[in-house]
Amino acid sequence: MHGRPRRLAKPVDEEAASAKAAKLRDLQVQVLQNHHSRTYTKEAIGLSFKLLEINPEAYTAWNYRKLAFQHNVKELSDPEAIRSAVDDELRVVEVALRQNPKSYGAWYHRKWLLNQKLTPVDSEREFGLLDKLLKVDARNFHGWNYRRFLARFMGVPDEEELKYTMDKIGDNFSNYSAWHNRSILLSNLLIQQSKGFESKQKVFSEEFELVTQALFTDPSDQSGWFYHLWLLAQTSTPDKPQLIASWPCNGAKLSSSFIKEKVDQNTLSSIWCHSLKERTVPIVLYFNEPVKGLNQSSVKLKSYLEFGKDIHWRALSMTDSGYSNCWATYLQIANECSSSQQYSVEVSILCSEDIVSRSGSNYDSPVHFTFTIELISDSQDIDLFDKPVAWSCSESLQSYGNCEPIPFDLLTITSALIEEESNWHFERLSEQIDLFRELPDDNSKFVKLTLARLLLACAAMKSCGRSLIERKRYCDEALGHLSDLIHLDPSHKQYYEDERSSVLMDKLTCDMETFMKHCSVQVQPNSVPLNHVQLRGLSLTCVGFAERLMWVQVLDLSHNSVRSVEGLEALQQLVSLNISNNQISSFTALEPLTKIMFLKVLDLSFNEIGAHPIDTTRYICSSPFSHKIEACEAFEQCQKKNFNVEEYWDALLFFKSLKLKQLDIEGNAIASKENFRTLVMELIPSLKWFDGECVN
Amino acid sequence: MAEEAELAADQHVRYIVTVEKKKDSFESLVMEHIRLNGAYWGLTTLDLLHKLHAVEAAEVVDWIMSCYHPESGGFGGNVGHDPHVLYTLSAVQVLCLFDRLDVLDVEKVADYVAGLQNEDGSFSGDIWGEVDTRFSYIALCTLSLLHRLHKIDVQKAVDFVVSCKNLDGGFGAMPGGESHAGQIFCCVGALAITGSLHHIDRDRLGWWLCERQCKDGGLNGRPEKLADVCYSWWVLSSLIMIDRVHWIDKKNLTKFILNCQDKENGGISDRPDNAVDIYHTYFGVAGLSLMEYPGVKPMDPAYALPLDVVNRIFLRK
Repeated sequence: MHGRPRRLAKPVDEEAASAKAAKLRDLQVQVLQNHHSRTYTKEAIGLSFKLLEINPEAYTAWNYRKLAFQHNVKELSDPEAIRSAVDDELRVVEVALRQNPKSYGAWYHRKWLLNQKLTPVDSEREFGLLDKLLKVDARNFHGWNYRRFLARFMGVPDEEELKYTMDKIGDNFSNYSAWHNRSILLSNLLIQQSKGFESKQKVFSEEFELVTQALFTDPSDQSGWFYHLWLLAQTSTPDKPQLIASWPCNGAKLSSSFIKEKVDQNTLSSIWCHSLKERTVPIVLYFNEPVKGLNQSSVKLKSYLEFGKDIHWRALSMTDSGYSNCWATYLQIANECSSSQQYSVEVSILCSEDIVSRSGSNYDSPVHFTFTIELISDSQDIDLFDKPVAWSCSESLQSYGNCEPIPFDLLTITSALIEEESNWHFERLSEQIDLFRELPDDNSKFVKLTLARLLLACAAMKSCGRSLIERKRYCDEALGHLSDLIHLDPSHKQYYEDERSSVLMDKLTCDMETFMKHCSVQVQPNSVPLNHVQLRGLSLTCVGFAERLMWVQVLDLSHNSVRSVEGLEALQQLVSLNISNNQISSFTALEPLTKIMFLKVLDLSFNEIGAHPIDTTRYICSSPFSHKIEACEAFEQCQKKNFNVEEYWDALLFFKSLKLKQLDIEGNAIASKENFRTLVMELIPSLKWFDGECVN
Repeated sequence: MAEEAELAADQHVRYIVTVEKKKDSFESLVMEHIRLNGAYWGLTTLDLLHKLHAVEAAEVVDWIMSCYHPESGGFGGNVGHDPHVLYTLSAVQVLCLFDRLDVLDVEKVADYVAGLQNEDGSFSGDIWGEVDTRFSYIALCTLSLLHRLHKIDVQKAVDFVVSCKNLDGGFGAMPGGESHAGQIFCCVGALAITGSLHHIDRDRLGWWLCERQCKDGGLNGRPEKLADVCYSWWVLSSLIMIDRVHWIDKKNLTKFILNCQDKENGGISDRPDNAVDIYHTYFGVAGLSLMEYPGVKPMDPAYALPLDVVNRIFLRK
């Protein structure tokens, strides 16, 4: 099927071709006949050999041979006769592999034979066959798979196989299969803490040396670069789970009301928390890697306030068997309390066996923070949505001098504990950066890309106080490389744009000085003070570092190139979101927004919803196709109302989970579809403003 | 001035309809045992080009059932060939195209597939015990289309697939197996169908996959290999399922696929100017479908069937 030329070099000899075809047809018919009639004579078996010699892909013939073998071998008692019978089968495999070294049927037949364990394995013959085949094609993955099977079967220690990979790499640095096998063996040896492989640091230092040698010898070879990326990931992943952000943060003061005079005089000292009106307090915890096991005993709450019985922690990010970076709970205030009283709440996460990271470490970085809640019993009932919320277009936002949004430093609960391990990581990374800076990078995208990744890994280690200046410097250098890469490797432009977007978010939000320019407290007339962040027109493709935005109540991401809102689920305080004029291409892509409990205003106008028949988030969201939702349950109501479920299933799932007051959706292909507007208004009974018009 | 390449849809339809009849050449005989796969490739392509009606549905369904083994519940690759999950999935998929799942003894077929799950969650291809993540995908896809996933231990099936995840973010045929675009499609598809895509590091895998795009615009299956039209499906569908397809250059890939056409006789080959076959014709058209090429029906990247077929199966009451 592969690699045959379209026009043959010489004219076909019709007669010979016919004869060849007839011979094959007869063989196939006869072998099938013998198979169905369970004829296992020497002659019959011989025919199957002839067939497999010509066509090793005739899988039924391999099945037939297994049956014939089983039938005949059970009559034998002499070990020599048995060995000879096995030998015959092994030879058939070898002949078949000569015809097609990638025949699944041939390789499996051999594996099956060895697994019968009828006769001792001729180690030399087996490894000899592999050596021969891997010399002809060092990338034959069937061969490598068989080699891994054989090594395990024969009890060959991983260290020995490691030497074999070194030999193959020594022959030719460009041997992805050998590098891959090396990564597997090393991982096993490290996990088992085999002799000589107890120290991760020692092993990875040596591997860095090895791969750097390969890369300097031949920078154009890809396999080294992929291996290097693996090593980099090993040295940059967090050693243990840590809390990196929370909402409310330490020292925050939440209030369900506000005093107008204080707003006017710039002396606001608390955050207006809308959920307090419903006596609900969300707490959001953000970790440096996905964890699970948050419950009433692993996260302790101390307060004079009584919260409802079952405190249930919910994973907000896409869960991975229950692991998530971001967790939230919604405390229900149960007791009666006097008006204008402040209550403190202390949240403590102690060392815990319950909380465990995806990489298997238990939580052992005790942390605690305290915030206060001010309950006001007189209900200042302000209809926030008396008029549609307008998005301010002006550059200079109304900013309240003294009253700043929560200082960013407080968002980071734990200061990065500089441990020995981290120092080693940082040293390794700096070494690599110096080395790669020396390589000429004008034509090699891999040099630039690797440098950018190394710089970003270093940036990630600079997380507080004065080291933030260094962080921004690393980001800037990485951004430079990413811009170059867009020109050097235009077919991967979008990949570099996504990286660039993430680095830009980091640079922008990592310290308050830069970030301040995008933040303000906004008050609309007759409204409440809301924390506002403006990120319009920055060519962002995605939202990164959401853990720094958990206090944001109004977010303007309009006029960017955003195609994904993953991360926004952490913004539990978000009331209004503007993602108009972006590249959102489906409702499924907006699923993270359905986790934001109090989202009321959403501007989706001028995106690409409904313009794409292929939905790239179809399997990332929860749907009946991935068995995350029962179709009958979810759509029962909709089918009763005669909504076209096959056409609008994604819109149905999205809108019914939101309690929006205001929605803008014009400028999307879907908005002009028949009945769509009726659908939306049916699904969102709370909707008051739709594309600027009042809904009645 | 270079001519803008176009999809020669009519020629491809004619090619598919005629090649189906040619059974006696050596090339056809050598593939005789996978005729049922060929039926899936050819018929799905016809449906993608809005020409499924070019064949007689009843005839096709009858022939499919002649490959059925009532004792085991599985399908063979052709009449008289042993049952195997590879052909069982193709049979179920073709019956889905024609909305004729009613001809099946669904419980029997589902039991055949479910019975091949092993202790560690993996699946064997048939009674002889070969294990491969291809079979995990096939089992999950078949059982899902038949609404019988509950017959297996889904969590264990997922765990096995995840155990085949490699350090470059990709997946191999078995634990420790090298990453390969075909296996990656199977594993990503298996995780998609079971709502388990969060096990994947989408950025890392996405980058490995987008690096499959070669200078000629085509996609290869793993590093340092030549581009081949069939990877337009394996790589592209994987990228779509993990929402990273914007990382490749669609225009150049489209050009590559269109250059692999035999515009006179119909059919698409693995590389420009090579011999065409049904397999590459299907993957070329399927790749164009995933890139929203005009005139081609959109496909579901996980179930490898037209979108309207999959929506019908899961959303209709």
